[in-house]
Amino acid sequence: MRRLTLLLGLALVAVLALLSLFIGAIPLDPRTLFSDPEAARLILISRLPRTLAAILSGGALAVTGQVMQILARNRFIEPVTAGAGQSAALGILLVTLFLPGAPIWAKMAIASLTTLVGSIGLLALIRPLPPTQPLLVPLVALVYGGIIGAVVTFVAYQGDMTQFIGTWLSGELSGVLRGRYEMLWIAGLAAAATWIIADRITLLGLGASTARSLGVNVARITALGVAAISVVTAMTVVTVGAIPFIGLVIPNLTARLLGDNLRRTLPVSALFGAALVLAADILGRVIRMPFEVPVSATVGVVGAALFLYLLYREPRHAA
Amino acid sequence: MISIRNVSHSIDHTPILHDVSLDIPRGGITALIGPNGAGKSTLLSLVARLAALTTGEISVDTLKIGQCKDRDLAKVLAIMPQSTQVSSRLTIRDLVGFGRYPWHQGHPGPEDREKVEETLTRFGLEPLAHRFLDEISGGQKQRAFAAMAYAQSTPYLLLDEPLNNLDIAASRSLMRLLRDMAEEDGKTILIVLHDINYAAAFADRLVVMKEGRIVADGKPEKVVSAKLLYDVFGTDAPVCMMDERPVVLV
Repeated sequence: MRRLTLLLGLALVAVLALLSLFIGAIPLDPRTLFSDPEAARLILISRLPRTLAAILSGGALAVTGQVMQILARNRFIEPVTAGAGQSAALGILLVTLFLPGAPIWAKMAIASLTTLVGSIGLLALIRPLPPTQPLLVPLVALVYGGIIGAVVTFVAYQGDMTQFIGTWLSGELSGVLRGRYEMLWIAGLAAAATWIIADRITLLGLGASTARSLGVNVARITALGVAAISVVTAMTVVTVGAIPFIGLVIPNLTARLLGDNLRRTLPVSALFGAALVLAADILGRVIRMPFEVPVSATVGVVGAALFLYLLYREPRHAA
Repeated sequence: MISIRNVSHSIDHTPILHDVSLDIPRGGITALIGPNGAGKSTLLSLVARLAALTTGEISVDTLKIGQCKDRDLAKVLAIMPQSTQVSSRLTIRDLVGFGRYPWHQGHPGPEDREKVEETLTRFGLEPLAHRFLDEISGGQKQRAFAAMAYAQSTPYLLLDEPLNNLDIAASRSLMRLLRDMAEEDGKTILIVLHDINYAAAFADRLVVMKEGRIVADGKPEKVVSAKLLYDVFGTDAPVCMMDERPVVLV
């Protein structure tokens, strides 16, 4: 089962990546790729970075969504809409306003830091909620994210920067060019690093006491998980903008298919997440060519449909 | 030996344990019994370092609780916590496999796999091994968590009300398994039980607690009496002896 889904995911990503390279406002014939220098340039400067951006952000968001759901012990939550995404936007906004001359790495570091604070705030906020009321967590997260989003809008309005916040709060890949997406590799690395602590995160999912009695350093693993979530969210929000739903739908899909043993499911989640963002981006390009629909909008539609399907489908051999 | 010395504990300024001292030598089953709120589970979680020890000392063999590493203690002492709502979708085989975590730190070897299969067989979980935790009954779940604690291969095994929500067949078979482990594997088992009859039937020693203090301690036939039931539990229930074991007539 797992090998099959893994292969399916790989095949999907490969096919969609190829499509993504050759579909776009400028027509491109694969046969002229090696003869026409213009075509090669288009691929290298625009299409390949865009495809990689979709794969990296989709994969990383799916992985950190899964980690977040375990840390929050709730399946209806994802970092991007639950305050972390808005906190990243707030961080980059503040840095742009007050330290416009700061080097790019410093801006990214500050955005990651505000995201970290935002994520910790959320986890602290939902900790006392009763586990018997699982829907309270996403509701609180929604309100929390909304409040930080409102702060972002207010600060942007005061600083006369409202036209910028759209690029952070709604994800779009059409602006991705070589030299403007590379920060996403850091997101990809941070997501990949969670693989190292996958077992221990899985054990956290069994409860802090069970994890501790098996010798897991609960505080350290939680901190590492939150750090990965924050870095991925900050890098994606700042580079391509917030892409919702990936971190919600994909982890639910893989948990349904393969369970919650992250050592097994994280790679599958990463592939499915990459495939979903690729597919949504391609859809956004063809839906009213030559104009483009932002990927956050198409992901929202596709993701919502997928999520409703998952919610309403009968669970398999339930007890 | 588990050695508990002058342990007091409060939760939110409410005193739960008062100067408790208790020695549990290696081997056999010791049952902690007492009315609700007597502090049994608190004592168990203090021994298992799941609650922070503030007053007093607890040691397990040479390891001092509060000073030893979690990872070292995990190889000596396993605990099956009171059933919590676990929403994780793990297969039973994976769950039992995670019991080996202290030994393999994420890289299971052949002996770990062997132990997992042996555990599944011993607990009769083989037919369910591929099922997810949310696809089996409450009783099977309890058994799976007990199996996980067993797979941890520790000389000491702590269980917090493992019979909760189990029917009579499942309760008896789990207690028999524990009995086997005590006798065949020489495990030292400390168990919080609600039902005095189960405690009297399967434990070698009963430790009775009331309002944070130990009020009786000894072999079941010495401890269980109508007077104890009245003094500790505040109920009038006759006790009779059957096969040299005390039985509370409920």
